[in-house]
Amino acid sequence: MYRFLLAVLRRDLTLAARRRGDWLIAQFFFVMVASLFPLGVGPEPAMLARIGPGVLWVAATLASLLSLSRLFADDHRDGSLEHMVLSPEPTVLLVLGKSLAHWLIYGIPLLLIAPVLGLQFNLSWEAILVLDLSLLLGTPILSLLGGVGAALTLGLRGGGVLLTLLILPLYVPALIFGAGAVDGVMAGTGAEAHLSLLGAFFVLSLMIAPWIAAAALRVSLE
Amino acid sequence: MNLYTYASPANFYTLAGRLIPWFAWGAGILTLWGLYIAFFLAPTDFQQSEAYRIIFIHVPAAWMSMFIYLVMAFWGAIGLAFNTRLSFMMARALAPTGAMFTFVALWTGAWWGKPMWGAWWVWDARLTSELILLFLYVGIIALWAAIDDIKRGDRAGSLLTLIGSINVPIIYFSVKWWNTLHQGASVSVTKAPSMAAIMLQGMLILSIAAWLYTIAVVLVRVRRIILERERQTEWVKALLEKES
Amino acid sequence: MPDALLSVHDLACARGDRLLFKGMNFALNSGELLLVQGGNGQGKTSLLRLLTGLSSPEEGEVRWRGEPIRGQREAYHAEMVYLGHANGVKDDLNPVENLRFADGLQGRAFDEARAIVTLERLGLSRCLDLPCRVLSFGQRRRVALSALLLAGAILWILDEPLTGLDIHAVALMEGLIRDHLSAGGMVVATTHQALNLEGVIVQRLLVGNVAIPELAVD
Repeated sequence: MYRFLLAVLRRDLTLAARRRGDWLIAQFFFVMVASLFPLGVGPEPAMLARIGPGVLWVAATLASLLSLSRLFADDHRDGSLEHMVLSPEPTVLLVLGKSLAHWLIYGIPLLLIAPVLGLQFNLSWEAILVLDLSLLLGTPILSLLGGVGAALTLGLRGGGVLLTLLILPLYVPALIFGAGAVDGVMAGTGAEAHLSLLGAFFVLSLMIAPWIAAAALRVSLE
Repeated sequence: MNLYTYASPANFYTLAGRLIPWFAWGAGILTLWGLYIAFFLAPTDFQQSEAYRIIFIHVPAAWMSMFIYLVMAFWGAIGLAFNTRLSFMMARALAPTGAMFTFVALWTGAWWGKPMWGAWWVWDARLTSELILLFLYVGIIALWAAIDDIKRGDRAGSLLTLIGSINVPIIYFSVKWWNTLHQGASVSVTKAPSMAAIMLQGMLILSIAAWLYTIAVVLVRVRRIILERERQTEWVKALLEKES
Repeated sequence: MPDALLSVHDLACARGDRLLFKGMNFALNSGELLLVQGGNGQGKTSLLRLLTGLSSPEEGEVRWRGEPIRGQREAYHAEMVYLGHANGVKDDLNPVENLRFADGLQGRAFDEARAIVTLERLGLSRCLDLPCRVLSFGQRRRVALSALLLAGAILWILDEPLTGLDIHAVALMEGLIRDHLSAGGMVVATTHQALNLEGVIVQRLLVGNVAIPELAVD
């Protein structure tokens, strides 16, 4: 079981390492979306600090959606997805492994970039720390729920846009608790409550999303 | 296998055909009665004057929008578990009505909001949840539209409704939580002190009317879906010949 | 029939609202080859996908060792290997890496020496460290065939295994199938091309209702 999970992880990480272009695009997308906001609303530091957490969280969800449309699509095109589904191991593990790999490849870099963007948005160090904590708990949720969307839209016309339409509403709690945590620490009310709720939502997603995604994957391959 | 008699589309088609007029008439009569209460019997509200009467439509629509989503999830789950064709057809037939009620709830919410808050749109917890619910409905309808294969569409839509229905309470809770933190405007209808018994009665009657309307419309739609999907079978061919 | 390894009972398959076939029955034992024949769009690939368990039948069931495959997905997949139209070969990896990950995903330990021997046997000795992106279609197909051999499964399900292969590769493929059958394996395959399979028990199954000219099998 662990060997299979590890094999899926190692495979996706190797493939991502061979295609750094795709990887860089997603990270730059995050930076660009976040950078457009000051241009749109003006450079006043107090206002930027006010909207910063929300903007960075929205940008993170969009960046993760951008890469999620390819979570299964590449493997579907060359037939390796069928081989993986036909392996003697449960499909749930496959989905879990691929979501985990997606998080390692696309989620972790967001944690590293977010502090820099936080400085641009005039956030305090304390707020930046909480922002990273909230992203640490929240980005796996994006990968897990996104896996459901990627499996449902596999091989459909305009699958990428459809994926966004299906999955963004499901991201709402993560967005509210995540951005709320940073707001809370900035307003002096503390971030613990938000972070605990975010953690609970993560655990729930971890328990439910892979099963639904596995079922969706089998439906889409039929 | 008595239980399954009406799970067969052919039998259900006939049964639904017989039931539709009853539900349709029931819905019509109750709507008229409810509206009569709403506009003539219910007293003018002390604080909100006549504008409050929109809640007679807003509240039943909002209730329906959420119920229908859960009913869709229920039929989807039944379909996935027991592989019954009719359940998937029910789920598909419910979605447009659910989206319609969500839209009505949003629209009447805006109408009500203008005299109440002085703005067409306020990020009130209830309205925001309705907006996200509308997104969920749109997502499911878009997914069905994108999938040509009936079997795949049925299952994929049901899985999406299922994860959506687990998420809906969390979304609702998170939006409420967000709303209290940001001290947004919020007016509770059901806790209004001036809520007279006659108002509650009117709202209940209109809710029942909305239910009957939903059932009638869904049955009409299911009948259409049955004909479309079973057009290769003998009974549909015989039926069409008889009618033409 | 009861002791057949693979058997199919009253199978029906529909695509959209078109019934491709129904009431299909057959049984296959070790050492036997089943050639699935029929015109384009008659449901050959659909049948193979039903046999793998990727899709589920409208009616009837597929049984492996007497039990429906539905209830023993993992055990069945450990003894079955499927090669479809797509090779399942990653373009960014070289052949050896491809086999390594294929083994990992099947939950097996990877034996690099054996993988290299297999690749060389299939005529890929000069391509071992090239990314599969630069290989020709036929060479990529050979990588997929190497994975098939290394899987060590009893039942091979092959969808048009000869497409895009040159004469040598076709001969090689015939040899592989013969070896596999004589070692007690089983093969279900679709093909448009003639196969030279002396001394092999061949069952033929016509899918669909359009009569097609008899294929030369011997």
